Amino acid sequence: MKTALKLASFLGLGLTVVPAFLVFAGTITWTTHATMMALGAVLWFVTAPFWMPRDAPV
Amino acid sequence: MASRPPVSITERLDAINEFDREPVSKDALQGPGNFIGLYAGEHVAGTEFVIGPLFVAHGVAAGDLFLGLLVGNLLAVLSWAFICAPIATRTRLNLYWKLRKIAGPNLLFVYNLVNAAMFCFLAGSMISVAATAVGIPFDMTMPGLDDLYPNSVGWVVTVLLVGSVVTILAILGFEKIAYFSKIAAPWMFLVFVACGVAVLPQLGVTSMDDFWTVANEKIWTGEPLSGRVRFTFWHVMFFAWFANMAMHIGMADMTILRYAKKWHYGFASAFGMYLGHYVAWVASGILVALALQNASEVAPGPIAYLGAGVAGLVAVLLAGWTTANPTIYRAGLAMQTITPNWKRWKVTLAVGMITTMAALFPALMMRLLDFVALYGLLLMPMGAVIFADFWLLPKLGLRQDYAEWKQLLFSLPAALAWLLTLGACLLLNLVWNVEIFFLGLPGWFIATGLYVGLSLIQQQRNPAPQAALPNTDFLTEENI
Repeated sequence: MKTALKLASFLGLGLTVVPAFLVFAGTITWTTHATMMALGAVLWFVTAPFWMPRDAPV
Repeated sequence: MASRPPVSITERLDAINEFDREPVSKDALQGPGNFIGLYAGEHVAGTEFVIGPLFVAHGVAAGDLFLGLLVGNLLAVLSWAFICAPIATRTRLNLYWKLRKIAGPNLLFVYNLVNAAMFCFLAGSMISVAATAVGIPFDMTMPGLDDLYPNSVGWVVTVLLVGSVVTILAILGFEKIAYFSKIAAPWMFLVFVACGVAVLPQLGVTSMDDFWTVANEKIWTGEPLSGRVRFTFWHVMFFAWFANMAMHIGMADMTILRYAKKWHYGFASAFGMYLGHYVAWVASGILVALALQNASEVAPGPIAYLGAGVAGLVAVLLAGWTTANPTIYRAGLAMQTITPNWKRWKVTLAVGMITTMAALFPALMMRLLDFVALYGLLLMPMGAVIFADFWLLPKLGLRQDYAEWKQLLFSLPAALAWLLTLGACLLLNLVWNVEIFFLGLPGWFIATGLYVGLSLIQQQRNPAPQAALPNTDFLTEENI
């Protein structure tokens, strides 16, 4: 379960940053990139709290 | 039976630092990964959405920016690694306790007040940043780069709303927001990268070969906006070096680095500097160049929206909020010395109200470069005092931590070193027109020299029986 959540989180990060490079390459439009970034944000914030360690480093 | 409330300044200060008086124990020391995460998270903040654009407004040239940030950030990392970390890992004390030993509790009280005020203003600028994101759906009139005062009723209402929510959330739980901030950090960095990359085609960059030409012609053009001083390589380098002057040569990060197993974990600050103070500043500079090209608004919210749409707005809001939260907390800690009998929530509420009032003035955000430089400069001399007391006094046969040994409430050499340094910096600024960004370096040497000289005079008049040696409890092979 934890592995699946981590995968979903990293997919969220991927959706956050990869579309920008696709806009740069002319593969997708800016609007699609913005939509994918919003989805990526939701995916990251919904899944990351379940596996990121809570203890403060210092 | 109820315990007697603390009455003297010394007791007040000690009461709020109950768990921090002793050096960190060996089992509490942390590995390098924690410091990498901490620095990377802390320096990708809401204010990065302002600093990058201000470099563009100051007309820095592309070559000066990239080289200045490279060198300046390197100097900042070296300052953490060679000035702050070695003392932190040898004493294992936080700034508060180390300074208390050197400067005496009453001078520390003054230092805490200055610190609290600076933290309030810094948190205020972060609330201003967050407000620019909240205002977009309501078509709020955004502050411009030259706005110093509230420019609309909408701005005032939005800032009051954001400030209230941030304060209430800080009252409800600092730790939960700190955890949320930790979760947001990697995502936020990627938002900066994505924003910068996605808008490049709109500026005319269609391949990497175009980038440098467009960077010089449309982004970092070398032409300042009207009313702004033109920034050179030196401005960028010194700003990047001293943006966190209070933390490295000002020694505030002793509080963090005292947990480091080895002094060279100070190099972990490179992750904060090169991700936050390089990549994020470059990315936000690209965004504002597009805003200027489109003649649209240049506040953090609108430029992030240009780059990433709704996700950009969320990033600005979260970046402002999550960085204002620990700053309000730190200001609250410092403020508690004045109001020792107040409950924690009352202190946070008071700090939140002061912070929100400060946030009403866009000047804090739009003149952030000057404010950040001033903030570091005001606190830096005490870092130089710690440095001199730790390394130089023993070499001269003088006692370290003289105020503690002599049970002084107020160290005159430390106080004079602080005040005279600031006076000298003011003089450099007023008489020789040395800009604030360049005052930190001469200021550090002035403060160090003054403290050593004044300590020499003090200890010749009242000699200590023996010069104390550095605390060597942790001076082992593994951490030096």
